[in-house]
Amino acid sequence: MDKILLVLQREYLTRVKKKSFIIMTALGPLLFAAMMVVPGWLMSMDDKKDKVVAVDDATGFYQDALKSDQNITYKFLVHNDATDKNAVVTQEIYDALLVIEGDLLQNPSQLRLYSDGQITMDVTNNIKNQLNNFLRDKKLESYDIEGIKEKITEVNQIHVNIDTVRLDEDGSEKRNSAEFAMVIGMVSALLIYLFMLIYGTQVMRGVIEEKTNRIVEVIISSVKPFQLMMGKIVGIGLVALTQFLLWVGLTVAIVFVMQAFVFGGGDAIAMQQAGIDAGSNPEVQSKFNDIMGIIGDLNIASLFGFFLFYFIGGYLIYSTLFAAIGSAIDNETETQQFVMPVMIPIILSFYVAMAAMQNPHGDLAFWFSMIPLTSPVVMMARIPFDVPAWEIILSMFIMMVSFVFFTWFAGRVYRTGILMYGKKVSYKEIWKWFIQAGK
Amino acid sequence: MNLLQATGVVKKYANHLALDHVDIAVPENKVFGLLGPNGAGKTTFIRIINHITMPDAGEILFKGKPLKASDIGRIGYLPEERGLYKKMKVGEQALYLARLKGMSKNDALKKLKYWFEKFEIISWWDKKVEELSKGMQQKVQFIVTVLHEPELLIFDEPFSGFDPINANILKQEILGLKEKGSTIIFSTHNMSSVEELCDEICLVNNSKTILKGQVGDIKQSFKSNKIEVAFTGDADHFTKEVDALCHVDSLQVKQGMQHALVSLNAETSSNQLLSAILTHYQIHSFSEVLPSMDEVFIKAVENANQLKTN
Repeated sequence: MDKILLVLQREYLTRVKKKSFIIMTALGPLLFAAMMVVPGWLMSMDDKKDKVVAVDDATGFYQDALKSDQNITYKFLVHNDATDKNAVVTQEIYDALLVIEGDLLQNPSQLRLYSDGQITMDVTNNIKNQLNNFLRDKKLESYDIEGIKEKITEVNQIHVNIDTVRLDEDGSEKRNSAEFAMVIGMVSALLIYLFMLIYGTQVMRGVIEEKTNRIVEVIISSVKPFQLMMGKIVGIGLVALTQFLLWVGLTVAIVFVMQAFVFGGGDAIAMQQAGIDAGSNPEVQSKFNDIMGIIGDLNIASLFGFFLFYFIGGYLIYSTLFAAIGSAIDNETETQQFVMPVMIPIILSFYVAMAAMQNPHGDLAFWFSMIPLTSPVVMMARIPFDVPAWEIILSMFIMMVSFVFFTWFAGRVYRTGILMYGKKVSYKEIWKWFIQAGK
Repeated sequence: MNLLQATGVVKKYANHLALDHVDIAVPENKVFGLLGPNGAGKTTFIRIINHITMPDAGEILFKGKPLKASDIGRIGYLPEERGLYKKMKVGEQALYLARLKGMSKNDALKKLKYWFEKFEIISWWDKKVEELSKGMQQKVQFIVTVLHEPELLIFDEPFSGFDPINANILKQEILGLKEKGSTIIFSTHNMSSVEELCDEICLVNNSKTILKGQVGDIKQSFKSNKIEVAFTGDADHFTKEVDALCHVDSLQVKQGMQHALVSLNAETSSNQLLSAILTHYQIHSFSEVLPSMDEVFIKAVENANQLKTN
């Protein structure tokens, strides 16, 4: 046991002290935080700049249709067939030139927007909305029916809001939101997938390094092969866990700090997460409150607990397989034929997880969240959709049992494999080692 | 008393027999040479002693008791194929390997310092292993092997990668360890170092021991009654003179003297030859020629292989 700890300590410390680890650990959260904060920040930047749109209206009907607001100012030019569009657009004061060539009620496409740069969505949307409303009103007026405008407005205001509420067996209500569960499931599945892949192959590389260096010959005379393998697997697993926890902690910290600077207030979180200016839009505000409520109902602590279980379990199962592969081959170029069969379930699990989120309680989702090679990713994608407890417990149980089995299997292959050199290894050969190790 | 006694050790691999009822006894406080051609089964035997692999049959006694897994703390093993972590610092790595052997951190540091100073490599402590040459790495590995002062040391080709000066330092260290009471198993193909270092040897060929005993005795048993005589006088006459007693293999002049290499007839003793030529020639030297370990090795292996084919 002492020796496993020594091996573990070495594996952990040499990796954590590596420059690449420190850089990745520091850059990751910056990247994540940027992904969360920058879109909101850019939006708030854009808002500050007023846009001026020149309008060349050949009909003269639309003087009243386009009204300037705080962001966009419309300047109507005196219509002249000879107006040089280029000369208008290149003028510093105008961001764009809108040319209306004829009656839009007759032909809605007699409309062009010119600009010398990229026209942003909000400008085109603003023009579209204003003209649409104006033309609708005009059309309604043309029917010449008393009070029709008011009635139509009334009709348009009907909106149905679906609040999905799940009734638990004990009768308590739980609000949930499919979109939100999807995001949580997707992020969890993706993280487990990535960490299994990255740190699993690190275990393999570590084993190959020891084998090709021949250091294994020296170490194996004082440590049992199984101790060496387990020390390595657990050590690297702790590195993965360290990186993950640092990422979570640092991302949260950076997001808060950045928001404090960019938005200058706590309310900004609401604004930013909803993606729109929350203060001016009560609907968004209430939606945001809903999401907060759902987060509360989801029980973040237990979600995080499940995540850690599948994170660790998935890593352990795959790293034992990767360790066995590493022990069987002489150098990294030979890995391909053995790595493929291990990669397939990892990649498959990711696709199944995507499908499972569409139908979290279907057969596909159920079976793949029981198979230990795919369950870490698939089950984690399902859990936010409220999976029955017995399914989770069964899946966890299968995972633990198969971890013991995989470790036993890998240990036997590893024991023979690390001392074999210069042999082209086949599956048959590995099977022989496995059988022989029992004698 | 034997420190290590192996009886009837058998080890089978999938398609060949690596050790076939091998009996080896390593006497305490001696340098024991474990010799044999490539693939004879030496490494397998050493791995069994180190508890890396298990024998299929047979018994191994360490100090009179069956060898246990915990005994490997009392064994130091320098494998033939050896390496170090390239990215780790020399000192850190030596400390790690020492602690894996069960030494405490303080104890290991103290002893490492002693050995590093002795080998004048204390300045390497903070260097990365990849900066060292192969010979330098071997020195570090040697230190790590002997650091925990094991009762049994196993060196597999310890001199490979060393220049003659460092090889000599290493030889002195190995003899020094023997003087301090260690027992040493020494596996090599370098026969001249066997003659210099070993007290006893065991020759393994094709999974079997074919020869064992003290180096002197083995040489005696392989001698072919050859005598080298250096004399001055008429060489032509000499051949005729001794014809009845022996056969002259070669005769040449070196530094103004005649050197004759003769094979004695079966019933002739060396004394008879000496007295026959004593009166006629000025004798400068008269010595029995013993085979070198190289010759013994080749002859023994050839004999064994012939026996097998017949």
